[in-house]
Amino acid sequence: MKPRSMTLLLAGLLLAGGVHATAAEHVHARHAWIRVLPGSLPASAYVTLENGSDQAVALSGASSTAYAEVMLHRSSTAGGMSRMTMVDSLEIPAHGKAVLAPAGYHLMLMQARKPVKPGDTIAVLLKFADGSTLATDFIARPANALDAGP
Amino acid sequence: MKSRYPLRPALLLLLVLGLLLGGCQRVQPLPLRLTNVTGHMPTLAFTLTDDQGKTVSASDFRGKVVLLYFGYTHCPDVCPLTLAHLHVVMQRLGKLADGARILFVSVDPTRDTPAVLHAYVNAFDPRAVGLTGSASDIETLVKRYRASFTREPSTGDGNYEVSHSSAIYVFDRDGNPRVLATPADSQDDLVHDLHLLLDTGVAP
Repeated sequence: MKPRSMTLLLAGLLLAGGVHATAAEHVHARHAWIRVLPGSLPASAYVTLENGSDQAVALSGASSTAYAEVMLHRSSTAGGMSRMTMVDSLEIPAHGKAVLAPAGYHLMLMQARKPVKPGDTIAVLLKFADGSTLATDFIARPANALDAGP
Repeated sequence: MKSRYPLRPALLLLLVLGLLLGGCQRVQPLPLRLTNVTGHMPTLAFTLTDDQGKTVSASDFRGKVVLLYFGYTHCPDVCPLTLAHLHVVMQRLGKLADGARILFVSVDPTRDTPAVLHAYVNAFDPRAVGLTGSASDIETLVKRYRASFTREPSTGDGNYEVSHSSAIYVFDRDGNPRVLATPADSQDDLVHDLHLLLDTGVAP
């Protein structure tokens, strides 16, 4: 390959990379915490996701080596009834944020591989619709906590 | 002169009697802020198994202000949030909170054994009691307070979701229903009403 075409190829690759920057690169995670429940009960994880890009991105799920299964859920209260439904994805608007918080969107963490205690840091891999992932540390909080804490 | 005020002593007596009676009867309704259900719901009545495995009934909680909530332990979001809020409410009541009990009634008695419930309620507040029982006993209690719950179809791996009433039913020390709190109500209002119910009751 001639040096000139090599340069072009590299430039093309860089350009492609710029255009196709992944969702994960633009998303910033804050206030990540887990409400730990006793025994083998499922837990909930909460986080605020900020999207710094000009385009909306979508959270499509998550996984963690600390739990057998992680699902994206949404709690809702209507007509005096509380219910929980599975959600395929959650949009994070361009230059906006999506809040996963109690009584709304949350990650349901099932079957901890070993007991998780308040104070532990749990690594969770957030997955986006474009296939990119964002490794995020979640702080484990007591059952009766109301937020990520100090 | 004698005939001019013949009724004066009688009127005075009536006035004094009236004041005395008014003072004793406490006919003034409490200025409760939450949805007042006094006289609109049945008194507290149940016989269930508590989180220590003991058979308990409503009479065991006479003398305590009761906060009744229906939920289940495999509910990782709304139930813990409600109980965490109730814990904050109890803390805000200080010493008075000793006169109150949170009764967490499981609508999922198959999975919620006394042992599971014990660990669960104690993770929230020392004054919380978990209650479970036969499916029919639970259903009777749920229906008594016009609450409801439904079990969603299983997802195939043995897990299932339960939707359930989100209200907190508050009973006075005599087991009479007084107010209904929903998740939309402010914590301040619940603290306010519990103060009224705890202050006016006889000492436990």
